[in-house]
Amino acid sequence: MANNHDEGGADHGGRLDEATGVHTVGHEWDGIEELDNPLPRWWLMLFYVCILFAIGYVIAYPALPGRHSATPGMLGWTSRGTLAAETTAADQSRAAVRAAIAATSVEDLAKDPKLLRAAIEGGRAAFKVNCVQCHGSGAAGGKGYPNLNDDDWLWGGDIATIHQTLEHGIRYPGDDATRMSQMPSFGRDGILTPAQVQDVVSHVRVISGQEKPSASSNRGSAIFAQNCAVCHGANGEGGRNVGAPKLTDAIWLYGGDRATLTETVTNARYGVMPAWGQRLDPVTVKMLAAYVHSLGGGEATPAAPAAEAAAPAAPAAGQ
Amino acid sequence: MEMVVLRAGAWFAVLVLAVVAWALAVDWGFGVHMLICAVAAGLGLIATLRGSDIDAISRGILRSPDQGKYDDEPIRWGVIATVFWGMAGFLAGLYIALELAFPALNLGLEFINFGRLRPLHTSAVIFAFGGNALIATSYYVVQRTCRARLAFPGLARFVFWGYQLFIVLAATGYLMGITQGKEYAEPEWYVDLWLTIVWVAYLVVFVGTILKRSEPHIYVANWFYLSFILTVAMLHLVNNASIPISFFGSKSISVYAGVQSALVQWWYGHNAVGFFLTAGFLGMMYYFVPKQANRPVYSYRLSIIHFWALIFLYIWAGPHHLHYTALPDWAQTLGMVFSIMLWMPSWGGMINGLMTLNGAWDKLRTDPIMRMFVMSLAFYGMSTFEGPMMSIKTVNSLSHYTDWTIGHVHSGALGWNGMVTFGALYYLTPRLWNRERLYSLRMVGWHFWLATLGIVFYAASMWVAGVTQGLMWREYGPDGYLVNSFVETVKALHPMYVARAFGGLLYLSGASIMTYNITRTILGHKLRDEAPLNETAFDPAKDVPLKPAAAL
Repeated sequence: MANNHDEGGADHGGRLDEATGVHTVGHEWDGIEELDNPLPRWWLMLFYVCILFAIGYVIAYPALPGRHSATPGMLGWTSRGTLAAETTAADQSRAAVRAAIAATSVEDLAKDPKLLRAAIEGGRAAFKVNCVQCHGSGAAGGKGYPNLNDDDWLWGGDIATIHQTLEHGIRYPGDDATRMSQMPSFGRDGILTPAQVQDVVSHVRVISGQEKPSASSNRGSAIFAQNCAVCHGANGEGGRNVGAPKLTDAIWLYGGDRATLTETVTNARYGVMPAWGQRLDPVTVKMLAAYVHSLGGGEATPAAPAAEAAAPAAPAAGQ
Repeated sequence: MEMVVLRAGAWFAVLVLAVVAWALAVDWGFGVHMLICAVAAGLGLIATLRGSDIDAISRGILRSPDQGKYDDEPIRWGVIATVFWGMAGFLAGLYIALELAFPALNLGLEFINFGRLRPLHTSAVIFAFGGNALIATSYYVVQRTCRARLAFPGLARFVFWGYQLFIVLAATGYLMGITQGKEYAEPEWYVDLWLTIVWVAYLVVFVGTILKRSEPHIYVANWFYLSFILTVAMLHLVNNASIPISFFGSKSISVYAGVQSALVQWWYGHNAVGFFLTAGFLGMMYYFVPKQANRPVYSYRLSIIHFWALIFLYIWAGPHHLHYTALPDWAQTLGMVFSIMLWMPSWGGMINGLMTLNGAWDKLRTDPIMRMFVMSLAFYGMSTFEGPMMSIKTVNSLSHYTDWTIGHVHSGALGWNGMVTFGALYYLTPRLWNRERLYSLRMVGWHFWLATLGIVFYAASMWVAGVTQGLMWREYGPDGYLVNSFVETVKALHPMYVARAFGGLLYLSGASIMTYNITRTILGHKLRDEAPLNETAFDPAKDVPLKPAAAL
């Protein structure tokens, strides 16, 4: 008890506590007494250290509010300033690559492997922010959202076509160059009777190898030729100029079972993708095109019939 | 007789008002709530008209001992309500933990999706379990340490039942989608008004009892309880200021907007932790720890200094919930430095609690209730170190919005608030029902270990999850782009979410054992036949050499 803080010595109001050798302060409530221990020294010192740190921090950083503004702090630090500095530094570190991508057409990105790799990395990051919500974090798609890892393309899989699709979107209102097509609602609009819908579904299931030919599919074959072949092709091979899916493989946008196909033929589908050119800067859209093209199904840029050298206007055709 | 007429008239008026409001309700949730109020008023009316002696009825149901020297009947109700709401809250917590790990458990139902069950869980554990524990123990402690019976016994009973009505309205409201969208202050305007009435009544009972005390001084536990009651009243009134869209509808609009609204909300939210879960529970600690240890409190001076430092500093720490937001830098700075200065005042309570065991540490071997209190103080110390650390902006930039925060909250809530409440319940039950001791002390030991292990699983998994999340969110690749999409960070947390749910299961199992133990104690069943918790058995008859001494 040789502590400076302990003024009382043996002159306490209370009794001596045998177990600790400390006096109580003399109060008692329902049998509870209190010892007259001083504040633990380490506790008090740490408390002072915390207070000193607080004072120092208040001097160094914006802290005390005034009538119009707060004290700025000795360091001149602001959170907005830090954010601006960090984003500027990040922008600068990417500036050279972005300038190079901006100056290169998407078809020519592949000619510079380093630049292509940089574009793919940028596209990968942008994809994770903007595209995963529909196409999935692995770009594997989902019902109504195409898988981007395979080589089954609705509108075309060379880099310029992908870029066109990204920039202007699909059936996106407000963009005149958007990819536009619309399948008729064969059942709902009475173009086909429910029985005819079932027949054409049978035919589609036959050409996709899911069913054996039947009387129904034979009837459906004729209906298909009259109503569907114009877009999906005579053999159901699809048509990229109108984004009509290939019907002869096992890849389905909405599903290849009878119920889903009936739903599709009856009410049609109208999938929409935003025109990313309206939302993202041109370099990011190019990087996204490079990334999607790199996922595994990317097709080579078709050789222009006349000369390989100069044909930058080709992508509009899209196949 | 006139009193009966007056009271019956008041109940009848409330009944009529509730029925009218139900008829005019503009949304169905409000209608359901008014119907609940009408039923409550109807019950009050019937009880008044029949002249029922509620205490006599409840003594029969609860198998209470004869009316004691102190007014203990509302405390007995409080013990039962605490156990009941605790189980409800823990169960809801386990279910939403499983929903996070396995989202299919939302079952596509709006009533039990995570967004609605989460406030049900937080309100059930904080306000229903914690609140009932605080009201019950404060009634108990203030009477003993003032050596006076409760002031206004009728009002004290109104506080208990009024608070239960508040809980029912809040909980059913969440399930029906009624919320003002403020964390820990979700109930809508009419429920807030009701709570205000109940809380003022609580203040009147508590202060009234202190004023009629027979002791010259006010014991430290009562300082803490009083600061809790007063500050919660202030926080509640300021944060819930809102204008109802219709007097017959559940929706209201807050009077604050934008960053002011955020600051008021977190001034409230942090002090709900500070004054509800810290100051109030320190009041509990300051009575039950010295009583159970049968030792004097370590330092009177420390209790004075840390009390005033704690309540002065806590009230300014709220802005640390809004680091790196639209809140001006100066407010963020002050929120951080006040949080750091809060570290030692918080630890003052831990020191005073733990050091009170000086001269009685051996009780940890033989007294599982004492173990509960000590573990509670240990978790209190850990959480009140972790909190100031997380308020440092550099740390916060990693921890904010991650599961680390959830881990921090639960090491405080499960460890500190839960354990000290369990200890107090174990202390109170045999005394309130005049039993020799608890039905089983070994079961307290089981509860202790299950709860401790549960918290370890919970806190450790959430630390790992939080740091993983924080690091993945800020991970940049060599090209200067973010590496992970949000869903990839969610996917990475799945194992930790499963481990967290397992921790919750352990904690709930421990609480179930407590419920069983306390129920059998209340029912007055024969004590469980079990090995006593004392020294290692010593048999002097066997403490002899095999050969007699003469043979050597």
